[in-house]
Amino acid sequence: MARITAGVASSHVPLLGVAVDQGKTRDDYFGPIFAGYDWTREWEKQEKPDVVILVYNDHASAFDMKIVPTFAIGCGERYKSADEGWGPRPVPDVEGDADLAWHIAQSLILDEFDMTIINEMDVDHGLTVPLSMMFGQPDAWPCKVVPLAVNVVTYPVPSGNRCWALGEAIKRAVESYPEDLNVQIWGTGGMSHQLQGPRAGLLNREWDNKFLDMLEADNDDVRWIPHIEYLRETGSEGIEMVMWLIMRGALGKKVKTLHRHYHIPCSNTAIGHIVLEPVAEEAVPA
Amino acid sequence: MSKKPTQDIHEYLAEFDDIPGTRVYTAARARRGYHINQFAMSLMKAENRERFKADEKAYLDEWDISDEGKAALLARDYNTLLDLGGNVYFLSKLFSTDGLSFAEAVSTMTEYSFPEYRDMMLKGGRSPEGNRSIRENAAAAAAAGKGGN
Ligand SMILES: [Fe+2]
Repeated sequence: MARITAGVASSHVPLLGVAVDQGKTRDDYFGPIFAGYDWTREWEKQEKPDVVILVYNDHASAFDMKIVPTFAIGCGERYKSADEGWGPRPVPDVEGDADLAWHIAQSLILDEFDMTIINEMDVDHGLTVPLSMMFGQPDAWPCKVVPLAVNVVTYPVPSGNRCWALGEAIKRAVESYPEDLNVQIWGTGGMSHQLQGPRAGLLNREWDNKFLDMLEADNDDVRWIPHIEYLRETGSEGIEMVMWLIMRGALGKKVKTLHRHYHIPCSNTAIGHIVLEPVAEEAVPA
Repeated sequence: MSKKPTQDIHEYLAEFDDIPGTRVYTAARARRGYHINQFAMSLMKAENRERFKADEKAYLDEWDISDEGKAALLARDYNTLLDLGGNVYFLSKLFSTDGLSFAEAVSTMTEYSFPEYRDMMLKGGRSPEGNRSIRENAAAAAAAGKGGN
């Protein structure tokens, strides 16, 4: 049986991809950011996940305003790095796991999550930057990827509660897949940032850390944070953090924190990164 | 943090207007700005960027965009473009056509020059204090006024 063995969350700021591609990851500006991922890169080498379910949002790259799917799952064989206006990032193609993806898609639809199916698309920094942060610069990515794209741009975006529930359904779907697979789920985007209007540049260290604390807790209070709170407290683009709740919902009630990192700033954005491991219910003392 | 099973769409949207200096990309804005955003998206293609750069006005005339929208695009007046339904992820295609970094383009929407904006970010960014709610700010100002201090 396939199992979700860990959840990882990370910001996916495009400038981080530029730093990797231009070899600047250890300079004065980027050094403290990338140092916070050293632990995870070593850990991933040992964990060797077979597949990562990668929750992210497209930034007007694969999707324009013609079609706006709320939850879309990539069921294709492979995905190329998108040209976001400066040419595609020089990273390997992303290999999908069409069998697992279709299994998850079908299971989710039966479970009343009406997913959009994607067979072909390019993937932008939202997906490739987290891969670079966790795996560095290999010739080929060390695992397959199931992209799960969430609309966090056009309102209303899905509620935190719905995202959490989708995570729970993904866990059920993965656990009903017969092949023995080590599956991780990653939630990306965030943390506090606002890229528009006179209030641009807003960052909120205190709120972001409260959010990280809530992800670590043995309860699901975090799913009830309303959109307006993300918007007021973390800036208009901080809403991306609802994607982290899909990851957290897929881990079950209790988690153990393996690693946590926070840094301000990266360009316009606060960087947050956390690695969580599900703790089996039966292992919890009564 | 209340557990609301359903939320009234009118209340939900009304709250967005209470956030200072922010244009939430609602369905109404997405409708209004549709052609501005699709124009911006067209700049993903190199040949379109070349045609746009050669004659911006002529290129814009191919799109169903109001005169106000065209003027704001020509002037790179991003706050006005947000008001007209532009979205920053789409407008960013124009930033890159102009060779501007995301942060530099974003700084033009604020009260700061780019070096000042960069400096603010290095010092921890814009504080949420006093930036959460127009209503709360007005109430605080009124209370301060009454106090006579
Ligand atoms: Fe993003």
